[in-house]
Amino acid sequence: MTDSIVKTLDSVGNAPYFVVALLVLMALTAILTQKNLIKICIAVAILGSSVNLFLVLLGYRDGGSIPIYYLKGAEKGMVLPTPQCLTLTAIVIALATTALMLSLIILIHKHYGTLNIDEIRRLRG
Amino acid sequence: MKRTIFVVAVIVLAGLLSGTFEAIHPFGVPSDTAMDDYILQHAPRDRSAQNVVTSMVFDFRGFDTLGEAAVLFTALCSIGALFRDGGKQE
Amino acid sequence: MKPLSVIVTSVCDVFAWFMIVFGVYVINNGHNTPGGGFQGGAIVATFLSFLLVAYGGRRFLSWVREGLYGFLEFVGLMAFFIFGCVGFPNSFFYNSLAIPEGGAPLSNWIPWSGTISLMNIAVGCEVVGALSLVIVYMYSSIRLVDTGAGMGGERGHDRFDR
Repeated sequence: MTDSIVKTLDSVGNAPYFVVALLVLMALTAILTQKNLIKICIAVAILGSSVNLFLVLLGYRDGGSIPIYYLKGAEKGMVLPTPQCLTLTAIVIALATTALMLSLIILIHKHYGTLNIDEIRRLRG
Repeated sequence: MKRTIFVVAVIVLAGLLSGTFEAIHPFGVPSDTAMDDYILQHAPRDRSAQNVVTSMVFDFRGFDTLGEAAVLFTALCSIGALFRDGGKQE
Repeated sequence: MKPLSVIVTSVCDVFAWFMIVFGVYVINNGHNTPGGGFQGGAIVATFLSFLLVAYGGRRFLSWVREGLYGFLEFVGLMAFFIFGCVGFPNSFFYNSLAIPEGGAPLSNWIPWSGTISLMNIAVGCEVVGALSLVIVYMYSSIRLVDTGAGMGGERGHDRFDR
């Protein structure tokens, strides 16, 4: 396990995957340990962003340009367009989800007067 | 107690994630690019689209984008329904 | 939400309209530059948050017409669906208005990309309506919690009643 981490850190080529794993772990830790609903919402947004980053990284091709023929540089190949398309869809859906989550948090704050999930559970009885 | 369980779960998940570094393809060398190469060749030729990503979003996967717009509309309807009573009490 | 000082409102007068122009540019050039309907619509929707932050809640709610944004949303969704139905002899969302090229793509010529640019405009209208209505709804919900009833300006700066 540690050997693979060391190998990943040695070869700079796979460092983006390591960044993605780090972001996922940070977001999961925040979701599981934080008490504030706003912080949990931010952590969910970070989790979604890290998954989007992972999707885009999967489609990168070495020395590729953007998949637009009108703005293409001197490179030969292009990066894969399918993960970028799926990421575009996922970003909009994450936006809608975040708006709905924040609205529910506003209603919870109006009803209970607090954002601490332990206090909310205790107030509910 | 509960926090200890959470920390243990996160450590186990870190182990699983580091295990996947063995299986994943190296960065910059995608494993299977047949579909993307087909789209990169045929999007400007058959559909006359310079931007391949936009061509995929609105043409090849247009039904997906219709569902995406429906999701946005549904979220808007949910927010409107949640705040409909609160907005008129004043 | 109280209005901010005259500096903020002056900057808002300049930049809010700039954001609309820039967003419409991104929407209309979505078929050959990075961007498109969703991104440009999100840029245009920042216009209302500019107005809300700079001018305060009461003037904001007196300016906003919710029917306009609902109409934009409706028109965008229906136009998107109809442009999808244009390609029906082949398949749903087939780009049947496009002029296919014979050979390799030309790099220095901007082609007519068929229904893609039309769908960019339709989706842009839809996203502008949806995000602006989300901002209006969420603000009108926190208006009840807002205890600051006074309509004065920012404390410690030049005050002017609006």
